[in-house]
Amino acid sequence: MPNTRIRVPKTAKAGDAVEIRAIIQHPMENGFRLDSQGTAIPVEIITDFTCTYDGGEVFSVKLEPGLSANPYFSFYLKATKSGPVDFRWVDQDGTITTATEQLDVT
Amino acid sequence: MNRALVAILACAGIVATFAAVFASDQVPTQKPISGYDFMTTEVQQLQDDDFANPGLLWVEEGQTIWDDTKVASGKSCASCHGDAATAMRGVATRYPAYSAEADHVINLEQQINQCRRERQGESDFPYESEPLLSITALVSAQSKGLPQSVAIVGPAAESFERGKAFFYQRRGQLNLSCANCHEQHAGDHLRGESISQGQVNGFPIYRALWQTMGSTHRMFAWCNEAVRAEPYPAGSQEYVDLELFERWRGQVLKIETPAVRR
Amino acid sequence: MTDQSDSANWSRRGVLAGLGAGVMLLAMPVRADDASVAQAITDTFGHTPRRDGKITLKLPPLAETGNTVPLTVTVDSPMSNTERVKRVVVFANRNPRPLIAIMTFGPKAATAEFSTNMRLSGTQDVIAMAELSDGSVWQTQVRVLVTVGACDTLQLRY
Repeated sequence: MPNTRIRVPKTAKAGDAVEIRAIIQHPMENGFRLDSQGTAIPVEIITDFTCTYDGGEVFSVKLEPGLSANPYFSFYLKATKSGPVDFRWVDQDGTITTATEQLDVT
Repeated sequence: MNRALVAILACAGIVATFAAVFASDQVPTQKPISGYDFMTTEVQQLQDDDFANPGLLWVEEGQTIWDDTKVASGKSCASCHGDAATAMRGVATRYPAYSAEADHVINLEQQINQCRRERQGESDFPYESEPLLSITALVSAQSKGLPQSVAIVGPAAESFERGKAFFYQRRGQLNLSCANCHEQHAGDHLRGESISQGQVNGFPIYRALWQTMGSTHRMFAWCNEAVRAEPYPAGSQEYVDLELFERWRGQVLKIETPAVRR
Repeated sequence: MTDQSDSANWSRRGVLAGLGAGVMLLAMPVRADDASVAQAITDTFGHTPRRDGKITLKLPPLAETGNTVPLTVTVDSPMSNTERVKRVVVFANRNPRPLIAIMTFGPKAATAEFSTNMRLSGTQDVIAMAELSDGSVWQTQVRVLVTVGACDTLQLRY
Protein backbone atom coordinates (compact mmCIF):
# COMPACT_ATOMS: atom_id res chain seq x y z
CA MET A 1 0.00 0.00 0.00
CA PRO A 2 1.52 3.35 -0.95
CA ASN A 3 2.65 5.61 1.85
CA THR A 4 0.28 8.51 2.57
CA ARG A 5 0.31 11.59 4.78
CA ILE A 6 -2.79 13.50 5.82
CA ARG A 7 -3.25 16.57 7.97
CA VAL A 8 -6.51 17.24 9.79
CA PRO A 9 -6.56 19.57 12.79
CA LYS A 10 -7.40 17.81 16.07
CA THR A 11 -10.25 20.18 16.93
CA ALA A 12 -12.39 22.81 15.21
CA LYS A 13 -15.36 25.02 16.01
CA ALA A 14 -18.67 24.20 14.32
CA GLY A 15 -19.00 26.21 11.12
CA ASP A 16 -15.24 26.73 10.74
CA ALA A 17 -13.51 26.29 7.43
CA VAL A 18 -10.77 23.76 8.21
CA GLU A 19 -7.75 23.25 5.97
CA ILE A 20 -7.19 19.63 5.00
CA ARG A 21 -4.00 18.42 3.32
CA ALA A 22 -3.24 15.04 1.78
CA ILE A 23 -0.29 13.56 -0.13
CA ILE A 24 0.40 10.06 -1.45
CA GLN A 25 3.69 8.52 -2.54
CA HIS A 26 3.16 7.65 -6.18
CA PRO A 27 5.27 8.14 -9.34
CA MET A 28 2.29 9.27 -11.49
CA GLU A 29 4.07 7.89 -14.55
CA ASN A 30 2.82 9.99 -17.43
CA GLY A 31 3.74 7.57 -20.21
CA PHE A 32 6.17 10.00 -21.81
CA ARG A 33 9.30 9.03 -19.92
CA LEU A 34 11.86 6.57 -21.21
CA ASP A 35 13.74 4.03 -19.15
CA SER A 36 17.53 3.52 -19.38
CA GLN A 37 16.99 1.27 -22.41
CA GLY A 38 15.02 3.96 -24.26
CA THR A 39 11.67 2.19 -23.98
CA ALA A 40 8.64 4.24 -22.93
CA ILE A 41 7.52 3.62 -19.35
CA PRO A 42 3.77 2.89 -19.45
CA VAL A 43 1.24 5.19 -17.77
CA GLU A 44 0.74 4.34 -14.12
CA ILE A 45 -1.31 6.85 -12.16
CA ILE A 46 -3.72 7.39 -9.31
CA THR A 47 -7.06 8.07 -11.03
CA ASP A 48 -9.30 9.13 -8.17
CA PHE A 49 -9.00 10.92 -4.84
CA THR A 50 -11.94 11.49 -2.50
CA CYS A 51 -12.30 13.05 0.94
CA THR A 52 -15.53 12.42 2.85
CA TYR A 53 -16.77 13.61 6.23
CA ASP A 54 -20.06 13.56 8.18
CA GLY A 55 -21.82 11.45 5.57
CA GLY A 56 -20.95 13.66 2.62
CA GLU A 57 -18.22 14.40 0.13
CA VAL A 58 -15.83 17.27 0.80
CA PHE A 59 -13.58 17.25 -2.24
CA SER A 60 -12.76 14.79 -4.98
CA VAL A 61 -10.40 14.75 -7.94
CA LYS A 62 -10.20 12.88 -11.21
CA LEU A 63 -6.45 12.80 -11.71
CA GLU A 64 -4.66 12.87 -15.06
CA PRO A 65 -0.94 12.32 -15.84
CA GLY A 66 -0.55 16.12 -15.88
CA LEU A 67 -0.41 16.20 -12.08
CA SER A 68 2.98 15.94 -10.40
CA ALA A 69 4.40 12.80 -8.87
CA ASN A 70 3.35 12.24 -5.26
CA PRO A 71 0.06 14.09 -5.84
CA TYR A 72 -0.73 16.65 -3.16
CA PHE A 73 -4.02 18.42 -2.43
CA SER A 74 -5.13 20.99 0.09
CA PHE A 75 -8.73 22.18 0.44
CA TYR A 76 -11.25 23.37 3.05
CA LEU A 77 -13.82 21.37 4.97
CA LYS A 78 -16.82 22.86 6.78
CA ALA A 79 -16.78 21.57 10.37
CA THR A 80 -20.24 20.37 11.42
CA LYS A 81 -19.83 17.59 13.97
CA SER A 82 -17.17 15.32 15.47
CA GLY A 83 -16.28 12.34 13.37
CA PRO A 84 -13.69 10.76 11.11
CA VAL A 85 -12.40 12.47 7.98
CA ASP A 86 -11.86 9.72 5.43
CA PHE A 87 -9.47 9.74 2.50
CA ARG A 88 -9.44 7.35 -0.42
CA TRP A 89 -7.13 7.03 -3.39
CA VAL A 90 -7.77 4.67 -6.30
CA ASP A 91 -4.96 3.47 -8.54
CA GLN A 92 -5.59 2.83 -12.25
CA ASP A 93 -5.43 -0.93 -11.58
CA GLY A 94 -8.11 -0.59 -8.91
CA THR A 95 -5.87 -0.66 -5.83
CA ILE A 96 -7.51 1.33 -3.06
CA THR A 97 -5.52 3.18 -0.41
CA THR A 98 -7.32 4.71 2.54
CA ALA A 99 -6.46 6.92 5.48
CA THR A 100 -8.56 8.42 8.23
CA GLU A 101 -8.20 11.00 10.99
CA GLN A 102 -10.60 12.06 13.74
CA LEU A 103 -11.86 15.65 13.84
CA ASP A 104 -13.39 16.87 17.10
CA VAL A 105 -15.89 19.68 16.67
CA THR A 106 -16.70 21.84 19.67
CA MET B 1 69.55 40.53 -10.00
CA ASN B 2 70.09 41.92 -6.55
CA ARG B 3 70.92 39.10 -4.14
CA ALA B 4 68.72 40.55 -1.40
CA LEU B 5 65.76 40.73 -3.78
CA VAL B 6 66.29 37.09 -4.80
CA ALA B 7 66.30 36.09 -1.14
CA ILE B 8 63.10 38.04 -0.48
CA LEU B 9 61.40 36.53 -3.54
CA ALA B 10 62.52 33.04 -2.51
CA CYS B 11 61.19 33.59 0.99
CA ALA B 12 57.92 34.95 -0.37
CA GLY B 13 57.72 31.94 -2.62
CA ILE B 14 58.22 29.53 0.24
CA VAL B 15 55.68 31.37 2.38
CA ALA B 16 53.19 31.41 -0.47
CA THR B 17 53.68 27.69 -1.09
CA PHE B 18 53.26 26.92 2.57
CA ALA B 19 50.23 29.14 2.78
CA ALA B 20 48.69 27.46 -0.25
CA VAL B 21 49.29 23.94 1.05
CA PHE B 22 48.15 24.84 4.50
CA ALA B 23 45.10 26.73 3.33
CA SER B 24 43.93 24.03 0.93
CA ASP B 25 44.17 21.48 3.72
CA GLN B 26 42.29 23.51 6.26
CA VAL B 27 39.79 25.82 4.64
CA PRO B 28 37.52 25.35 1.63
CA THR B 29 38.44 27.67 -1.23
CA GLN B 30 35.15 29.52 -1.05
CA LYS B 31 32.43 30.34 1.44
CA PRO B 32 29.97 27.44 1.27
CA ILE B 33 26.45 28.28 0.03
CA SER B 34 23.68 25.71 0.23
CA GLY B 35 21.90 24.63 -2.94
CA TYR B 36 18.77 26.03 -1.28
CA ASP B 37 19.96 29.57 -1.98
CA PHE B 38 20.15 28.84 -5.72
CA MET B 39 16.49 27.74 -5.96
CA THR B 40 13.42 29.83 -6.75
CA THR B 41 10.97 30.76 -3.99
CA GLU B 42 8.52 28.03 -5.01
CA VAL B 43 11.12 25.29 -4.62
CA GLN B 44 12.29 26.77 -1.30
CA GLN B 45 8.70 26.93 -0.04
CA LEU B 46 8.14 23.30 -0.93
CA GLN B 47 11.25 22.30 1.04
CA ASP B 48 10.23 24.43 4.04
CA ASP B 49 6.68 23.08 4.09
CA ASP B 50 6.60 20.52 6.92
CA PHE B 51 3.73 18.71 5.25
CA ALA B 52 3.94 19.12 1.48
CA ASN B 53 7.69 18.46 1.14
CA PRO B 54 7.49 15.13 -0.75
CA GLY B 55 10.76 13.95 0.82
CA LEU B 56 8.90 13.53 4.11
CA LEU B 57 7.10 10.54 2.59
CA TRP B 58 10.48 8.80 2.47
CA VAL B 59 11.39 9.94 5.97
CA GLU B 60 8.13 8.47 7.23
CA GLU B 61 8.77 5.23 5.35
CA GLY B 62 12.22 5.21 6.97
CA GLN B 63 10.57 5.29 10.39
CA THR B 64 8.60 2.14 9.48
CA ILE B 65 11.87 0.41 8.52
CA TRP B 66 13.52 1.68 11.72
CA ASP B 67 10.82 -0.03 13.80
CA ASP B 68 10.62 -3.19 11.67
CA THR B 69 11.39 -6.31 13.73
CA LYS B 70 10.68 -8.70 10.85
CA VAL B 71 14.39 -9.29 10.19
CA ALA B 72 16.52 -12.43 10.63
CA SER B 73 17.79 -11.40 14.06
CA GLY B 74 14.37 -10.17 15.16
CA LYS B 75 15.98 -6.90 16.18
CA SER B 76 14.80 -3.68 14.62
CA CYS B 77 17.03 -0.60 14.42
CA ALA B 78 15.00 0.70 17.37
CA SER B 79 15.73 -2.45 19.43
CA CYS B 80 19.37 -1.40 19.76
CA HIS B 81 19.35 2.36 19.08
CA GLY B 82 16.03 3.36 20.60
CA ASP B 83 14.27 6.45 19.36
CA ALA B 84 15.76 7.67 16.05
CA ALA B 85 15.09 11.30 16.96
CA THR B 86 17.52 11.19 19.87
CA ALA B 87 19.88 8.33 18.94
CA MET B 88 20.52 9.53 15.39
CA ARG B 89 20.79 13.25 16.16
CA GLY B 90 24.08 14.47 14.70
CA VAL B 91 25.08 11.13 13.17
CA ALA B 92 24.70 12.20 9.54
CA THR B 93 26.97 15.21 10.08
CA ARG B 94 29.95 12.86 10.61
CA TYR B 95 29.59 10.66 7.50
CA PRO B 96 31.39 9.56 5.35
CA ALA B 97 33.71 8.35 8.09
CA TYR B 98 36.47 5.80 8.56
CA SER B 99 35.14 2.42 9.62
CA ALA B 100 37.49 0.11 11.48
CA GLU B 101 35.33 -2.87 10.51
CA ALA B 102 35.56 -2.09 6.80
CA ASP B 103 39.07 -0.60 7.10
CA HIS B 104 38.17 2.25 4.76
CA VAL B 105 35.94 5.29 4.64
CA ILE B 106 32.26 4.44 4.25
CA ASN B 107 29.21 6.64 3.84
CA LEU B 108 25.95 6.62 5.77
CA GLU B 109 24.24 4.21 3.36
CA GLN B 110 27.09 1.75 3.77
CA GLN B 111 27.05 2.13 7.55
CA ILE B 112 23.33 1.32 7.55
CA ASN B 113 23.94 -1.75 5.40
CA GLN B 114 26.85 -2.81 7.61
CA CYS B 115 24.48 -2.69 10.58
CA ARG B 116 21.92 -4.65 8.62
CA ARG B 117 24.39 -7.39 7.74
CA GLU B 118 26.01 -7.72 11.15
CA ARG B 119 23.23 -6.97 13.62
CA GLN B 120 20.11 -7.92 11.69
CA GLY B 121 21.49 -10.87 9.70
CA GLU B 122 20.01 -9.45 6.52
CA SER B 123 21.49 -8.74 3.11
CA ASP B 124 22.26 -5.19 1.98
CA PHE B 125 19.53 -2.90 0.75
CA PRO B 126 20.58 -2.28 -2.85
CA TYR B 127 21.97 1.18 -3.52
CA GLU B 128 19.29 3.66 -4.63
CA SER B 129 16.51 1.26 -3.59
CA GLU B 130 13.45 2.75 -1.89
CA PRO B 131 14.22 1.22 1.53
CA LEU B 132 17.84 2.44 1.54
CA LEU B 133 16.78 5.94 0.46
CA SER B 134 14.06 5.96 3.11
CA ILE B 135 16.19 4.85 6.04
CA THR B 136 19.04 7.16 4.99
CA ALA B 137 16.55 10.03 4.72
CA LEU B 138 15.23 9.23 8.21
CA VAL B 139 18.69 9.12 9.79
CA SER B 140 19.90 12.23 7.95
CA ALA B 141 16.73 14.18 8.79
CA GLN B 142 17.52 13.76 12.51
CA SER B 143 20.56 16.01 11.98
CA LYS B 144 18.53 18.75 10.32
CA GLY B 145 19.93 22.11 11.33
CA LEU B 146 23.30 20.76 12.51
CA PRO B 147 26.46 21.70 10.56
CA GLN B 148 28.33 19.07 8.58
CA SER B 149 31.57 18.13 10.33
CA VAL B 150 33.44 15.23 8.78
CA ALA B 151 36.89 14.09 9.89
CA ILE B 152 39.52 14.35 7.13
CA VAL B 153 42.61 13.49 9.12
CA GLY B 154 44.05 10.20 10.36
CA PRO B 155 42.69 7.14 8.56
CA ALA B 156 40.33 9.32 6.48
CA ALA B 157 43.13 11.49 5.05
CA GLU B 158 43.87 9.30 2.03
CA SER B 159 40.22 9.06 1.11
CA PHE B 160 39.90 12.83 1.43
CA GLU B 161 42.87 13.45 -0.86
CA ARG B 162 41.42 11.08 -3.48
CA GLY B 163 38.04 12.82 -3.24
CA LYS B 164 39.67 16.19 -3.65
CA ALA B 165 41.63 14.98 -6.68
CA PHE B 166 38.38 13.68 -8.17
CA PHE B 167 36.73 17.08 -7.70
CA TYR B 168 39.47 18.90 -9.60
CA GLN B 169 40.03 16.25 -12.29
CA ARG B 170 38.67 17.15 -15.72
CA ARG B 171 36.64 14.31 -17.22
CA GLY B 172 34.25 13.32 -19.99
CA GLN B 173 33.84 14.51 -23.55
CA LEU B 174 33.16 18.03 -22.30
CA ASN B 175 36.43 17.81 -20.34
CA LEU B 176 35.04 19.54 -17.27
CA SER B 177 35.89 18.98 -13.63
CA CYS B 178 33.37 19.40 -10.82
CA ALA B 179 35.28 22.57 -9.87
CA ASN B 180 35.00 24.08 -13.37
CA CYS B 181 31.27 24.58 -12.86
CA HIS B 182 30.61 24.37 -9.14
CA GLU B 183 33.57 26.39 -7.91
CA GLN B 184 34.64 28.67 -10.75
CA HIS B 185 31.14 29.37 -12.07
CA ALA B 186 28.85 28.98 -9.07
CA GLY B 187 26.19 31.67 -9.31
CA ASP B 188 26.50 31.95 -13.09
CA HIS B 189 23.94 30.53 -15.46
CA LEU B 190 23.77 27.57 -17.82
CA ARG B 191 20.89 28.61 -20.06
CA GLY B 192 17.95 29.29 -17.77
CA GLU B 193 19.44 27.58 -14.74
CA SER B 194 21.74 28.95 -12.07
CA ILE B 195 24.83 26.91 -11.21
CA SER B 196 25.01 25.95 -7.56
CA GLN B 197 28.14 25.13 -5.59
CA GLY B 198 27.18 21.47 -5.81
CA GLN B 199 26.91 21.16 -2.03
CA VAL B 200 25.48 17.91 -0.66
CA ASN B 201 24.10 19.04 2.72
CA GLY B 202 20.49 18.30 1.75
CA PHE B 203 20.90 14.69 0.64
CA PRO B 204 19.08 12.42 0.09
CA ILE B 205 17.10 15.03 -1.86
CA TYR B 206 13.71 15.11 -3.49
CA ARG B 207 14.64 16.21 -6.99
CA ALA B 208 11.86 17.57 -9.20
CA LEU B 209 13.68 16.36 -12.31
CA TRP B 210 13.69 12.80 -10.97
CA GLN B 211 10.28 13.19 -9.35
CA THR B 212 11.63 11.03 -6.55
CA MET B 213 14.34 10.86 -3.88
CA GLY B 214 17.94 10.39 -4.87
CA SER B 215 21.27 9.85 -3.12
CA THR B 216 24.49 11.82 -3.43
CA HIS B 217 25.82 9.06 -5.66
CA ARG B 218 22.89 9.28 -8.05
CA MET B 219 23.57 13.01 -8.28
CA PHE B 220 27.30 12.43 -8.91
CA ALA B 221 26.42 9.90 -11.64
CA TRP B 222 23.93 12.32 -13.18
CA CYS B 223 26.48 15.14 -13.15
CA ASN B 224 29.20 12.89 -14.56
CA GLU B 225 26.94 11.86 -17.38
CA ALA B 226 26.01 15.48 -18.04
CA VAL B 227 29.67 16.13 -18.89
CA ARG B 228 29.62 12.91 -20.93
CA ALA B 229 31.82 10.95 -18.58
CA GLU B 230 31.11 7.33 -17.75
CA PRO B 231 29.78 7.43 -14.17
CA TYR B 232 31.13 5.22 -11.41
CA PRO B 233 28.72 2.77 -9.80
CA ALA B 234 26.71 4.01 -6.83
CA GLY B 235 28.51 2.98 -3.65
CA SER B 236 31.92 2.90 -5.37
CA GLN B 237 34.90 4.07 -3.31
CA GLU B 238 35.49 6.86 -5.86
CA TYR B 239 32.09 8.37 -5.04
CA VAL B 240 32.47 7.80 -1.28
CA ASP B 241 35.77 9.69 -1.43
CA LEU B 242 34.15 12.48 -3.42
CA GLU B 243 31.28 12.59 -0.94
CA LEU B 244 33.77 12.99 1.92
CA PHE B 245 35.46 15.88 0.13
CA GLU B 246 32.07 17.43 -0.65
CA ARG B 247 30.90 17.22 2.96
CA TRP B 248 34.14 18.81 4.12
CA ARG B 249 33.85 21.50 1.44
CA GLY B 250 30.50 22.45 2.93
CA GLN B 251 31.66 22.16 6.58
CA VAL B 252 29.55 24.88 8.14
CA LEU B 253 26.43 24.21 6.07
CA LYS B 254 23.53 22.81 8.01
CA ILE B 255 21.95 19.47 7.11
CA GLU B 256 18.68 20.10 5.24
CA THR B 257 17.47 16.54 4.59
CA PRO B 258 15.03 16.06 2.99
CA ALA B 259 15.92 18.99 0.73
CA VAL B 260 13.97 19.78 -2.44
CA ARG B 261 15.91 20.66 -5.56
CA ARG B 262 14.81 21.36 -9.13
CA MET C 1 1.19 44.73 -70.11
CA THR C 2 0.12 41.29 -71.36
CA ASP C 3 3.64 40.22 -72.19
CA GLN C 4 4.74 41.25 -68.69
CA SER C 5 2.20 39.11 -66.83
CA ASP C 6 4.65 36.22 -67.18
CA SER C 7 4.98 34.47 -63.81
CA ALA C 8 8.76 34.99 -63.94
CA ASN C 9 8.17 38.75 -63.83
CA TRP C 10 7.10 39.93 -60.38
CA SER C 11 4.67 42.82 -60.58
CA ARG C 12 4.78 45.37 -57.77
CA ARG C 13 1.24 44.38 -56.73
CA GLY C 14 2.13 40.71 -56.68
CA VAL C 15 5.21 41.27 -54.53
CA LEU C 16 3.26 43.42 -52.07
CA ALA C 17 0.46 40.87 -51.85
CA GLY C 18 3.02 38.14 -51.24
CA LEU C 19 4.78 40.15 -48.54
CA GLY C 20 1.45 40.93 -46.91
CA ALA C 21 0.51 37.27 -46.81
CA GLY C 22 3.92 36.46 -45.35
CA VAL C 23 3.55 39.07 -42.61
CA MET C 24 0.09 37.72 -41.79
CA LEU C 25 1.46 34.20 -41.47
CA LEU C 26 4.17 35.44 -39.10
CA ALA C 27 1.67 37.40 -37.05
CA MET C 28 -0.68 34.47 -36.59
CA PRO C 29 0.39 32.34 -33.64
CA VAL C 30 1.21 28.87 -34.86
CA ARG C 31 -0.42 26.66 -32.26
CA ALA C 32 -1.08 23.23 -33.60
CA ASP C 33 -2.13 22.24 -30.10
CA ASP C 34 -5.06 24.65 -29.88
CA ALA C 35 -7.27 22.02 -31.47
CA SER C 36 -6.44 19.45 -28.82
CA VAL C 37 -7.07 21.80 -25.90
CA ALA C 38 -10.30 22.99 -27.56
CA GLN C 39 -11.34 19.37 -27.93
CA ALA C 40 -10.54 18.66 -24.26
CA ILE C 41 -12.63 21.66 -23.18
CA THR C 42 -15.56 20.62 -25.38
CA ASP C 43 -15.34 17.08 -24.03
CA THR C 44 -15.65 18.44 -20.50
CA PHE C 45 -18.12 21.31 -20.82
CA GLY C 46 -19.80 20.77 -24.17
CA HIS C 47 -20.65 24.06 -25.87
CA THR C 48 -21.71 25.98 -22.76
CA PRO C 49 -20.71 29.63 -23.22
CA ARG C 50 -17.76 30.57 -21.00
CA ARG C 51 -17.25 33.91 -19.31
CA ASP C 52 -14.14 35.46 -17.82
CA GLY C 53 -14.14 36.10 -14.08
CA LYS C 54 -15.10 34.64 -10.71
CA ILE C 55 -12.15 32.27 -10.80
CA THR C 56 -8.59 33.06 -9.73
CA LEU C 57 -5.58 30.97 -10.64
CA LYS C 58 -2.37 31.49 -8.69
CA LEU C 59 0.76 30.18 -10.38
CA PRO C 60 4.42 31.25 -10.31
CA PRO C 61 5.13 33.47 -13.34
CA LEU C 62 8.39 31.59 -13.79
CA ALA C 63 8.84 27.92 -12.99
CA GLU C 64 12.31 26.50 -12.55
CA THR C 65 11.08 23.01 -13.22
CA GLY C 66 8.04 21.95 -15.18
CA ASN C 67 7.70 18.84 -13.04
CA THR C 68 6.31 20.46 -9.92
CA VAL C 69 4.49 23.72 -10.54
CA PRO C 70 2.36 24.76 -7.55
CA LEU C 71 -1.09 26.13 -8.31
CA THR C 72 -3.94 27.44 -6.18
CA VAL C 73 -7.44 27.93 -7.57
CA THR C 74 -10.05 30.04 -5.81
CA VAL C 75 -13.60 30.55 -7.05
CA ASP C 76 -15.73 33.43 -5.82
CA SER C 77 -18.81 31.63 -4.49
CA PRO C 78 -20.77 31.71 -1.20
CA MET C 79 -20.82 27.87 -1.25
CA SER C 80 -24.35 27.92 0.18
CA ASN C 81 -26.88 25.17 -0.43
CA THR C 82 -28.22 26.91 -3.50
CA GLU C 83 -25.18 28.73 -4.88
CA ARG C 84 -22.17 26.47 -5.17
CA VAL C 85 -19.22 25.56 -7.34
CA LYS C 86 -19.75 22.11 -8.77
CA ARG C 87 -16.35 21.52 -10.29
CA VAL C 88 -13.14 23.11 -11.42
CA VAL C 89 -11.21 21.81 -14.40
CA VAL C 90 -7.60 22.70 -15.19
CA PHE C 91 -6.07 22.58 -18.67
CA ALA C 92 -2.57 23.30 -20.00
CA ASN C 93 -2.65 24.24 -23.66
CA ARG C 94 0.72 22.83 -24.65
CA ASN C 95 0.91 19.68 -22.61
CA PRO C 96 0.71 16.46 -24.64
CA ARG C 97 -2.48 15.80 -22.66
CA PRO C 98 -4.13 19.17 -22.08
CA LEU C 99 -6.55 17.96 -19.38
CA ILE C 100 -4.76 18.17 -15.99
CA ALA C 101 -7.47 17.25 -13.47
CA ILE C 102 -11.15 17.61 -12.60
CA MET C 103 -11.88 18.80 -9.05
CA THR C 104 -15.35 18.40 -7.53
CA PHE C 105 -16.56 20.20 -4.41
CA GLY C 106 -19.01 18.18 -2.33
CA PRO C 107 -21.63 19.41 0.16
CA LYS C 108 -19.07 19.38 2.99
CA ALA C 109 -16.66 21.76 1.28
CA ALA C 110 -16.34 25.09 3.10
CA THR C 111 -14.82 27.14 0.29
CA ALA C 112 -14.24 26.65 -3.40
CA GLU C 113 -10.48 26.62 -3.11
CA PHE C 114 -7.72 24.05 -3.53
CA SER C 115 -3.98 23.75 -4.11
CA THR C 116 -1.98 21.08 -5.91
CA ASN C 117 1.14 20.63 -8.09
CA MET C 118 1.07 20.19 -11.85
CA ARG C 119 3.39 19.33 -14.71
CA LEU C 120 4.10 21.73 -17.56
CA SER C 121 5.99 20.62 -20.65
CA GLY C 122 7.43 24.06 -21.35
CA THR C 123 6.23 27.65 -21.36
CA GLN C 124 2.47 27.83 -21.93
CA ASP C 125 -0.95 29.01 -20.73
CA VAL C 126 -2.73 27.29 -17.89
CA ILE C 127 -6.51 27.55 -18.09
CA ALA C 128 -8.88 26.97 -15.18
CA MET C 129 -12.66 26.74 -15.57
CA ALA C 130 -15.33 26.58 -12.90
CA GLU C 131 -18.82 25.24 -13.37
CA LEU C 132 -21.34 26.67 -10.90
CA SER C 133 -24.55 25.10 -9.62
CA ASP C 134 -26.58 27.31 -12.02
CA GLY C 135 -24.72 25.72 -14.94
CA SER C 136 -22.66 28.77 -15.87
CA VAL C 137 -18.97 28.31 -16.70
CA TRP C 138 -16.29 30.83 -15.72
CA GLN C 139 -12.68 30.84 -16.82
CA THR C 140 -9.27 32.37 -16.35
CA GLN C 141 -5.88 31.92 -17.92
CA VAL C 142 -2.31 32.41 -16.68
CA ARG C 143 0.94 32.18 -18.59
CA VAL C 144 3.85 30.33 -16.97
CA LEU C 145 7.41 30.54 -18.24
CA VAL C 146 9.25 27.28 -17.72
CA THR C 147 13.01 27.72 -17.73
CA VAL C 148 15.21 25.11 -19.29
CA GLY C 149 18.63 24.36 -17.92
CA ALA C 150 21.40 23.25 -20.24
CA CYS C 151 21.73 19.87 -18.54
CA ASP C 152 17.94 19.28 -18.48
CA THR C 153 17.77 18.93 -22.22
CA LEU C 154 19.89 15.79 -22.19
CA GLN C 155 18.29 12.39 -22.04
CA LEU C 156 20.27 11.10 -19.09
CA ARG C 157 20.17 7.65 -17.55
CA TYR C 158 20.41 8.79 -13.94
